[in-house]
Amino acid sequence: MVEQKEDSLAKYWTRYDSKERWIRYVIYFLTVFAVVWAVKDIDIFWPWVWDAPNQMQNLAVRMWPPELGAWSAIGAALLETVHIATLSTMLTVFVALPVSYIAAQNTTPNRATLWLGRTILVSSRSVNTIIWALLFVAIFGPGVLAGILAVMFRSIGFIGKLMGEAIEEIDRKPVEAMEATGATRMQVVFYAIVPQVMPAFFAIVILRWDINIRESTVLGLVGAGGIGVLLQGAIDTFAWQTVATILIGIVFLVLVGETVTSVLRKKVL
Amino acid sequence: MTPEQQQPRLWKKAPFIANPWLRYGLIIIAFAYLYWAVSTIPFNWQRISEGWPRAMRIFGGGFPPAFDRGELMWKGFKESFQIAFLATILGVLLSIPIAVMSAKNIAPKPIYFLGRAIIITARSFHPVIVAILFVAAVGFGPIAGILTLTLYSIGFVAKLLAEEIEEIDWGQVEAMRSVGAGYMATLVYGVFPQILPRQIGLSMYQLDSNLRASAVVGIVGAGGIGATLMNAFGRYDYDFAFAILILIIGIILISEAISGWVRKKIW
Repeated sequence: MVEQKEDSLAKYWTRYDSKERWIRYVIYFLTVFAVVWAVKDIDIFWPWVWDAPNQMQNLAVRMWPPELGAWSAIGAALLETVHIATLSTMLTVFVALPVSYIAAQNTTPNRATLWLGRTILVSSRSVNTIIWALLFVAIFGPGVLAGILAVMFRSIGFIGKLMGEAIEEIDRKPVEAMEATGATRMQVVFYAIVPQVMPAFFAIVILRWDINIRESTVLGLVGAGGIGVLLQGAIDTFAWQTVATILIGIVFLVLVGETVTSVLRKKVL
Repeated sequence: MTPEQQQPRLWKKAPFIANPWLRYGLIIIAFAYLYWAVSTIPFNWQRISEGWPRAMRIFGGGFPPAFDRGELMWKGFKESFQIAFLATILGVLLSIPIAVMSAKNIAPKPIYFLGRAIIITARSFHPVIVAILFVAAVGFGPIAGILTLTLYSIGFVAKLLAEEIEEIDWGQVEAMRSVGAGYMATLVYGVFPQILPRQIGLSMYQLDSNLRASAVVGIVGAGGIGATLMNAFGRYDYDFAFAILILIIGIILISEAISGWVRKKIW
């Protein structure tokens, strides 16, 4: 009797067994250690940190009220931003589709092309739009063309990767049926693969267009056109009230982009 | 045989858009837009035509990439990692209360709108724009980077976490309430255990995405490897810049793999 009672007392419920607990403690310890190390090691001038709320309030005060006089220039720049996003998305499609074709395991002609396709996608995706813009501004000079190319080079990886995944998920049977009738490679692509990936294609392109609008708003900070050029100019001249107007314009543009995307998505899909 | 039967009956692929007016209308609109957009954009063709020799010079100067200034690179990457890490911790800690505020099922209406407003504000600007504002407010260096990425993390993590809270199994919350537990106890024992796996997955994802973003916010002066890259580019130090670029790509791939592995283990 007594023994049994002790036994039941010893076996109280715990959520984790001892091994899990140890792993947890080690992870906690490592996290705390990393935080301490990062805070100690990072090159921070602490008085600035404590002063930050003050400074930000100051900035907000200087931004008020927004200067509405320059609205026509801002409107034109916003339109240019939309053009950059749209043109680059359109151009991307022509490059991304062939790349996704060779980067999909079931359609790629051979292993070499598979790896070529994947390399293109990975290198496009891992370099940020701004870094692409930096490169193209150095090559083609400041302007819209550098922006379009930058957004395009970043989008190739995005659209190509998702389209490649869509192609990998198609139903194999129509392809086999077409091949059995002796259809050429091109015919198989256009009559068996394309109709199956069409909905995915529109969803991906619409999504990327929305992202590209956001990305295009910052291209100008490295000189690649769009509203960012005005923003950088206004910040450099300390015209904080104009900065406020530009920021409102950007929020407006992003919201419009989101609305258009959701309407398109409902219409098309 | 009648002549009609001798004619071969050709099958035609059904058009993607059934209505011919809409179909051709859309094509015309697309071309009209293209014409309008291209004609209004100012292209400086003379400068663009110089692009090829310039590209040659840049790539010629960039190869082979110079990995010899290891210390400078290490400093930049270390700072980028610290920025990303601290911003993730801060952002995730802050995003928990904000997510609770913006979950429709556990927050009162006014608090809910406040929470959503915070999320929408944090999400509406590209991190680079936020970074440039913080650089203007608190000066060059990693603080601006940490603040930017914290805000960026809040926008993403709090939004997805709030959605997760809205989808929890309500039975456990009800059970807690029926035994008389208070609001905090319900939250800690009824709600958080249900969102914890998702929370850890999101944090790992956010760490990865902050690491990517930290390379970029440096370009506008918010510290980290981006600042090193920008300097190298500005001084036409293309071989050093390309070395940094290659390392950035490599580190992003590794961090993507690690974060993917952790998320797969947890989910």
